[in-house]
Amino acid sequence: MRNEDADVKLVYSMPESLVDRPNHYCPGCGHGIIHKLLTQAIDELEIREKTIFIAPVGCSVLAYFYIDVDGCEAAHGRAPAVATGLKRVHKDKVIISYQGDGDLLAIGTAETIHAANRGENITVIFVNNAIYGMTGGQMAPTSLASQKTKTSPYGRDPADVGQPIRACELLNTLEAPVFIERCAVNNVKNILKTRKAIKKVVQNQVLNIGYSFVEILSMCPTGWGMTPQRAVEWIDEAMIPYYPLGNFRKKESDHV
Amino acid sequence: MAKGKPGIDIERCKGCALCIEACPEKILKMSESFNRQGQPYTICFEPERCTSCMSCAIICPDSAIRIWRYVAV
Ligand SMILES: Cc1ncc(C[n+]2csc(CCOP(=O)(O)OP(=O)(O)O)c2C)c(N)n1
Ligand code: SF4
Ligand code: SF4
Ligand code: SF4
Repeated sequence: MRNEDADVKLVYSMPESLVDRPNHYCPGCGHGIIHKLLTQAIDELEIREKTIFIAPVGCSVLAYFYIDVDGCEAAHGRAPAVATGLKRVHKDKVIISYQGDGDLLAIGTAETIHAANRGENITVIFVNNAIYGMTGGQMAPTSLASQKTKTSPYGRDPADVGQPIRACELLNTLEAPVFIERCAVNNVKNILKTRKAIKKVVQNQVLNIGYSFVEILSMCPTGWGMTPQRAVEWIDEAMIPYYPLGNFRKKESDHV
Repeated sequence: MAKGKPGIDIERCKGCALCIEACPEKILKMSESFNRQGQPYTICFEPERCTSCMSCAIICPDSAIRIWRYVAV
């Protein structure tokens, strides 16, 4: 019970860089959690005034309404190319590319791989929800084998369309990236790990260490046709066995 | 264990219930009425058991929960 001599202290509230307005995401959508983690990192690193956030095409196309930093919208899949240009011209700015699986691994595969291979000093946040959310639930490059989507109504058939692509493992074959990690936001423990990884990928750029990539397994209850409760379980049961969580690459800088 | 209480912004809440699952004390539940968005919202039915662990707030995708902690002065 409350002690009479106790005072009350606010220990958790919205990050300062998150705009105080309701978001348009569906109930239980992972994007909202990831926006919060990213803005917490921006606050903690005190880089709000020098961050340029690149919004992708996908459900997070309006993310610049919520993240209170400078921004730029990229055409579908082109965010790493836009990030490359911005960073090369504005070396003192922190450039964050935020992309879904359709954006990063389908239409934007070339940009993704080449920006990573060039080792651009940028931050890439990859939201893997195994589906095209914005357009109504079509199969993505990361949809799982036998996963039913609008364009794979009998389940994804790898013999026909190939196996789902593992982005971290793919980028881990390249020399240049300095940090690659896969996380998830389906429970509090995983969210706390994701929080650390997001801070790390942003901090690496501030310290000029190089290309840093974090993949986040994220719920899309609407696209998956599940309740939010079932969606968090599905990440544990179906996604994590195929997309193992953990760090793939961690190079520390010589001059830090 | 620290004591505290959640502050739930019922107009922001979308009724996803992720916080209800996440609360270790199991003191959150869905309302029977609806907010202006037409969604049920989370309520805390036994705030005196809240440990201010922040789990509910951390998982909330809509930043609808703030946490206060009682601190001795
Ligand atoms: C050049 C181009 N091609 C196709 C589209 C249609 N389109 C919009 S969003 C999207 C995919 C979104 O999926 P994802 O990137 O996984 O993001 P999510 O919505 O799941 O967060 C597609 C194909 C487009 N806007 N522009
Ligand atoms: S469709 Fe999926 S990714 Fe898009 S807002 Fe809804 S839950 Fe989120
Ligand atoms: S702070 Fe912890 S104990 Fe209190 S309502 Fe939230 S999850 Fe439950
Ligand atoms: S997690 Fe947030 S939006 Fe979901 S029910 Fe709880 S308070 Fe409402």
